[in-house]
Amino acid sequence: MPAEMEIDFLASSTRALGDPQLRRNFRRAMDGLLAKRAAVFPDPAEWTRLRALGGAIRAKNLLKLPELLEQLERSLTKNGITVHWARTTAQANRKVLELLRARGVTALVKGKSMVSEEMGLNHFLQEHGIESLESDLGEYIIQLDGEMPSHIIMPAIHKNKDQIARTFSQKIKDAKYTEEVDELTAMARAVLRRKFFEAGAGLSGVNFAVAETGTLCLVENEGNGRMSTHVPPLHIALMGLEKVVESLEEVAPLYSLLTRSATGQAISTYFNLISGPRAGGEQDGPREVHLVILDNGRARIFQDPELRATLACIRCGACMNHCPVYTRIGGHAYEAVYPGPIGSILTPQVEGVGLRHELPHASSLCGACAEVCPVQIPITHLLIRLRREASHRTAGTTVLEAGEARSRLEDLAWSVWGWVLSHPAAYRLSAWCATRFWRLLPEGAPVLAAWTRSRAKPRAAGQSLQERARAKGVPHV
Amino acid sequence: MAPREGGCPVREVYFYATCLVDLFFPDAGMAGIELLQSGGVRVVFPRGQTCCGQPAFNCGYWEEARAVALRQMALFPRDLPVVLPSGSCAGMMKVHWPELFHGQPEEARARALAGRVFELTQFLVDELDLKLEDLGEPVRVTLHPSCHAQRDQGVLDQPKALLRQLANVELAPLARERECCGFGGAFAVREPGLSEAMAGDKAEDARATGAALVLSTDGGCLMNIGGTLEKQGFGPAAQHIAQFLWERTHAR
Repeated sequence: MPAEMEIDFLASSTRALGDPQLRRNFRRAMDGLLAKRAAVFPDPAEWTRLRALGGAIRAKNLLKLPELLEQLERSLTKNGITVHWARTTAQANRKVLELLRARGVTALVKGKSMVSEEMGLNHFLQEHGIESLESDLGEYIIQLDGEMPSHIIMPAIHKNKDQIARTFSQKIKDAKYTEEVDELTAMARAVLRRKFFEAGAGLSGVNFAVAETGTLCLVENEGNGRMSTHVPPLHIALMGLEKVVESLEEVAPLYSLLTRSATGQAISTYFNLISGPRAGGEQDGPREVHLVILDNGRARIFQDPELRATLACIRCGACMNHCPVYTRIGGHAYEAVYPGPIGSILTPQVEGVGLRHELPHASSLCGACAEVCPVQIPITHLLIRLRREASHRTAGTTVLEAGEARSRLEDLAWSVWGWVLSHPAAYRLSAWCATRFWRLLPEGAPVLAAWTRSRAKPRAAGQSLQERARAKGVPHV
Repeated sequence: MAPREGGCPVREVYFYATCLVDLFFPDAGMAGIELLQSGGVRVVFPRGQTCCGQPAFNCGYWEEARAVALRQMALFPRDLPVVLPSGSCAGMMKVHWPELFHGQPEEARARALAGRVFELTQFLVDELDLKLEDLGEPVRVTLHPSCHAQRDQGVLDQPKALLRQLANVELAPLARERECCGFGGAFAVREPGLSEAMAGDKAEDARATGAALVLSTDGGCLMNIGGTLEKQGFGPAAQHIAQFLWERTHAR
């Protein structure tokens, strides 16, 4: 959902940092994920080779994106899957509603779909009198609490067992309070099992859509994806237009990279290959399958050859798991559908770099995200690119709201910086003054004040290295 | 750069101080120069050094970064290695100058230069194979490998290899060795809360090792970790690895 007003990341991250329970929950969960991922990539050479392959496949997919999407539509249509195109999230919502209303559906059961979060679909359907129930356990938990996912793979990762126990006991009818994980899971299962059979439609996301064969691939661990897509008579799948791959052969390495990077699993518990509605003589499966392909800014991102890499993402979440910023504040502080490093490059491009200019700065540029990205998205490079786009409007830019976060004060500061440092004599004079008078600078001086809140004031040397080296006779040229 | 043949060491290098070392860690800079000289290298210290341009580059002010970087690029006309006592600034020259000058007339020059840029410990180990003899008292230290040294410059083992040569030095690794300390240049003042939280965790990690010193290849990390530990009032002191190595191996 596009945000309507400027979001203050500084304030929301500060709030998150002040919540020790949240920080403990995330740190513990992320540590577990890091260890699991490391265990399934024991051989650096294999990792390097596989991610190079994954990166190459996704780069090639994106290069041929328009052709592949047309091919996908043809293949899906041949398989009996109806394709719908939506430029905006509002159009996508409207299409889903039309499909449901035309069939008199009043209750929908959902597998996990980040695109549906992008659309704000649950809220939209609820407003139109249609019940939309999340069937992924994590999504179910946060739906009970009326929250957004805090992670793209593990939406309820911000909660610990006790918090979930409280939610269940308060929100599920006739539920007793228990902290036993098996009992909690059984409670959710009892509710959901019934809903799978009652719902008039099932909704799912798509991990990969295969252009050659017209196959929708769905990766999941709970079986709720299979239930949502096979039990109700109508299956509606949602995907962002970047999810298309060319062939089934390409899916194998991407699938391996996805599950290993996301949860440290060699393979997921369920891997669904959906290739059409129930055919004549078959005993099960939906009567109808529809796919809604959403743009929502992606076609614009596609136009820029460098920023296009953002669309290579296979939504594994490894960048957030490894991010020292995300680990400390969790997903909600970003106030975006996609949190963490991938969100910090995607959200500003979708919603505008003016509105979301703080997100590309929500990084120390440590590079951990790009290092673990299984499809080689140069995340740090793109963060810098978007910082640049936010403060500069270059000719021919396709970035939304380019230059709208420009600050005259910052422009001036960098101009002065640039002038001094490109005039060595001016630098030497400044260095001479700085080394002599640094100690006179009060701790509360602008910029320094932010530093000295939790750190001692740095001590400048009485004499710069340049002066000292010259005095020692190190050859200058 | 002329390849090493028959174990004959490179004889001459350019030394680039970096602005942080120039102003805040000149002892480390001198130590770096002296370590190189002790390995038989003639160190040339070009005049006109200022900054590699990274702060503006990272903040998206590329015009300003280019103006600065262009001046600096002219300081290394001869085909000699350029050695920096910082993984971050070395990474800027090696990895990010070619990006900064992409599509500009100076791109080829930036790319050619990138091939001869070294972080100090990387040069001491990979190019010089420097041998060290420990003259100091027994001490336990820990090492914070900076993010850019590791990820841009590929430097993780070289500082450890040098420390391992010191008989009386015990290296106690950080529990989260590869995690960022939260410095990040402008990040430290733009997102002070996040930066503090990261620095606080790193300081705690360093204390838990029981080390007397936390060493690093990078001045920014040292200011951040050392400043945090100093403000908290207990735990190891921070020191640049060049200064530590020089003081351990040469009686002052």
